[in-house]
Amino acid sequence: MALIRLENVEREFVIHRREGRVRRRRHVVRAVDGISFDVTAGEIVGYIGPNGAGKSTTIKMLTGILMPTGGTVRVDGLDPQRSRTELAMRIGVVFGQRNQLWWDLPLRDSFELLRHVYRVPAARHAGRLASFVDLLDLGPFMDTPVRQLSLGQKMRGEITAALLHEPSILYLDEPTIGLDVVSKSRVREFLARVNGALGVTVILTTHDLSDVERLCSRLMVIDLGRLVYDGTVDDLKARHGQYRTLVVDLERPNGPLEVAGAEVVRVDGPRQWLRFHRDRTTAAELIAAIARTTPVLDLTVEEPQIEDVIAHLYGAGGTQEPSA
Amino acid sequence: MADVAARPAELATIWRKLVGARIRADWQYRTSFLLFLVTQFLAAFLDIVVIVVLFTSVDRLAGWSVAEMAFLLGTASLAFGLADVFVSEVEFVAHHIRHGSFDRFLLRPVGPFLLLCGHEFAFRRTGKVLQAVIILAVAVTQVDVDWDVWRVAMVVQMVLTGFVIFGGIWVITSSIAFWAVEVREVANSFTYGGNFVAHYPMEIFGGWLRRLATIVPLAFVSYYPALWVLGREDPNGSPAWLRFAGPLVAGAVVLVARVVWASGIRHYRSTGS
Repeated sequence: MALIRLENVEREFVIHRREGRVRRRRHVVRAVDGISFDVTAGEIVGYIGPNGAGKSTTIKMLTGILMPTGGTVRVDGLDPQRSRTELAMRIGVVFGQRNQLWWDLPLRDSFELLRHVYRVPAARHAGRLASFVDLLDLGPFMDTPVRQLSLGQKMRGEITAALLHEPSILYLDEPTIGLDVVSKSRVREFLARVNGALGVTVILTTHDLSDVERLCSRLMVIDLGRLVYDGTVDDLKARHGQYRTLVVDLERPNGPLEVAGAEVVRVDGPRQWLRFHRDRTTAAELIAAIARTTPVLDLTVEEPQIEDVIAHLYGAGGTQEPSA
Repeated sequence: MADVAARPAELATIWRKLVGARIRADWQYRTSFLLFLVTQFLAAFLDIVVIVVLFTSVDRLAGWSVAEMAFLLGTASLAFGLADVFVSEVEFVAHHIRHGSFDRFLLRPVGPFLLLCGHEFAFRRTGKVLQAVIILAVAVTQVDVDWDVWRVAMVVQMVLTGFVIFGGIWVITSSIAFWAVEVREVANSFTYGGNFVAHYPMEIFGGWLRRLATIVPLAFVSYYPALWVLGREDPNGSPAWLRFAGPLVAGAVVLVARVVWASGIRHYRSTGS
């Protein structure tokens, strides 16, 4: 059974825009425009889209702090808008930089306070906290006031805070934003473990597509309030990323090469980028063709970048792919 | 995991822990914490001095003796002080909505009201309570009343119903913040847009409304019951039952406060402001 089920969910906002000095006109903006999907327990889903696409609106509806204006939402069998406080026990939420930790108190105190708010028995809390301290290496800064922690340390604390009451679902809004490479990989590693070992279902929004590539078994792309892709990362690349790029370093600068089956997309001195469809021609054929007319010093083949693939999806306008 | 709804004892624990955390957090800034505390208590003390000076220069005011006036003042300001300590934190809802941090309160398995009141607790507000206790204590010994169980019970009742009424009014007026997005838009249409924070009318509006809304219930909190305790006639000849109507008014205010607060939360969740 689906842990999370959305059916035709819509969310409209009424905005009053000023026209002239006093007159205002009522505009209805549809932030989420008929989204349906199921998430099964144990999945780790990347929910991505450009700013204003409806990501946060969706997450807010899943947590019950925003009511949908149409369609139905079910999370763990509950209607989030009716059973918000009951659902709160079963979900953990990390909303980017808006922190749930007590700014002026040691990290340890925040965890202790949340234990009371969620009414977790002391022994159980201690055990779970110990395992998080271990996993995320929180030990060195457990007694440091939160305001003195680095961004990465804070995020590790936030994630721990969101998981101490043993929720079955974890929502993360931009969990790696602003983190350095080491902190990023640490957070990712931890999320993978939370998902794998504890069986927590994870839904995360992100702008960092490497989060998705490293972590997510499933990817949902939303644009203009509609789901434009729902499937695996590999599948997305296979479907929309048939193009590869051959980068050649010629002996000397040259005009754009003319090769059958490929098109020059960029020229930078002696270096040229040639885009080709991998089903219509091969890199070997191209190289052979180029070498016949122009001496080549070096070459590489670039795989399709997920950024390019997704950029291709944005604005494509609601051509939903069947899920894999 | 745990039961769905928290028991009152558990809620009390949560509140206590939040308040404790708040005090510890404020204590991080010792100088400011102590300065606030000292100024608050000093202000409270100065109030007393003013009252004493005022009352020593007159004998009677509109037929009321100094001690009787102090009794009236003491009960009302004790009720107000308690509401200030325990409920006034609800005002911060405006701040949290504006800064987008109110969501956090809705993501917990406990009602946002309790969380907010615990989270924004300020120890310095207890200064007013101390002041009121002193005034009331002095007044009680000075008024010409034969104290019996009923009269003592009446004083307790006055303070409690007063606390509830003031608290309720605080909740009602603070709830305006839930609709303040529209209020702000109305304000903007008069001020040609501009800096919305500067024109944010919530605090001022709430303050005035609060003052206005306090006058009528105040009569039930202090004046009418005091007439009975002090054994005085109402110069306006109001019916005797008015003297015992306090709890009724308190109940009504709580009811209204609950409805307004709940619909505010509903409005917030439906507009996503």
